[in-house]
Amino acid sequence: MAEPASVAAESLAGSRARAARTVLGQVVLPGEELLLPEQEDAEGPGGAVERPLSLNARACSRVRVVCGPGLRRCGDRLLVTKCGRLRHKEPGSGSGGGVYWVDSQQKRYVPVKGDHVIGIVTAKSGDIFKVDVGGSEPASLSYLSFEGATKRNRPNVGDLIYGQFVVANKDMEPEMVCIDSCGRANGMGVIGQDGLLFKVTLGLIRKLLAPDCEIIQEVGKLYPLEIVFGMNGRIWVKAKTIQQTLILANILEACEHMTSDQRKQIFSRLAES
Amino acid sequence: MAAERKTRLSKNLLRMKFMQRGLDSETKKQLEEEEKKIISEEHWYLDLPELKEKESFIIEEQSFLLCEDLLYGRMSFRGFNPEVEPEGQHWCIFQKLMLQMNAKHKAEEVEDETVELDVSDEEMARRYETLVGTIGKKFARKRDHANYEEDENGDITPIKAKKMFLKPQD
Repeated sequence: MAEPASVAAESLAGSRARAARTVLGQVVLPGEELLLPEQEDAEGPGGAVERPLSLNARACSRVRVVCGPGLRRCGDRLLVTKCGRLRHKEPGSGSGGGVYWVDSQQKRYVPVKGDHVIGIVTAKSGDIFKVDVGGSEPASLSYLSFEGATKRNRPNVGDLIYGQFVVANKDMEPEMVCIDSCGRANGMGVIGQDGLLFKVTLGLIRKLLAPDCEIIQEVGKLYPLEIVFGMNGRIWVKAKTIQQTLILANILEACEHMTSDQRKQIFSRLAES
Repeated sequence: MAAERKTRLSKNLLRMKFMQRGLDSETKKQLEEEEKKIISEEHWYLDLPELKEKESFIIEEQSFLLCEDLLYGRMSFRGFNPEVEPEGQHWCIFQKLMLQMNAKHKAEEVEDETVELDVSDEEMARRYETLVGTIGKKFARKRDHANYEEDENGDITPIKAKKMFLKPQD
């Protein structure tokens, strides 16, 4: 009885951890352990492969690696906590061994420090506003954290706010502000009148905000419009007429599931009409 | 009476420097040891084996900002919101985007980039058009002010046709 149990336990504990480098771009599941490049030499088939002698001591050659969303540190390895594709970014300038993260899809937003989000003011209490950002609790926004904050110049309950988080962790209530560290608004603050707010998945927002995204460029050629993207899955659009606004909202919602050919067809049809 | 009772000095007093000058080195050592014993007994310590702190080379971050270079989330196209769009070095990403988009369209045009220090002819003509009106207004009397109307742009152009008496044609 002891034997099969122990064998089962071993197999459940996971097959040998894979090297992160080999898994880039592939789907990973929660519970998998990934080896960083420095460790895979040590743990590979012992001694069979010759590796060049490194003059530096092993401790000095280790570089700092950042594990991003979807990954956790587990001893010396990375533990996957979300299912998705593993991605890696090389370090831009010098320090660090790059960033690893899991490109996953979800609709529920968890506040993260530094993210720019669209919030809806739900209540005023004391010196602060309560802003609903789609997380587990409403974020607090101080009266004074707007550029040129005065008694008259304040948002009202029901307004849309574009701001960023300064405090966001699992132990405390998230706090957001509408100014940057220099005190300038930098595009944040109350979002104007009219327009339409709708919700999409978080992955789509990141896809649309990628530097080489064609969708935004094509959309911008259609007609004059204004868009605000919140990392909490909310998008606000405004165009000159209601019909144009609705067309825009439908395009953005649908473009998640369209191939680029289908998208180009739709855009060309729109451009004609 | 005084001889019977020996005045007992307190421990703290005995520990002071001026009291110890007369002592032997041995008694001094003993006193020191006693002091250390008192202090070390009062100090608390954890009864654990020594833990080696491992220097971790992995930093955990929950933000996507480090992972992907994302654009700024507020955008305006074709001049819809002038605050967001053209000016501001903060939105230089848009300027680049806009320039990129425009550059694609204008790639075939020949670009004459000469720095123009002189005022162009058109500008001169426009200037003089309004200049006449402005100077004229200065010398006009009150009754004549009605002749000088202000355009939508605030330019002052004199009315060309004056209203004269029209003879009825029977």
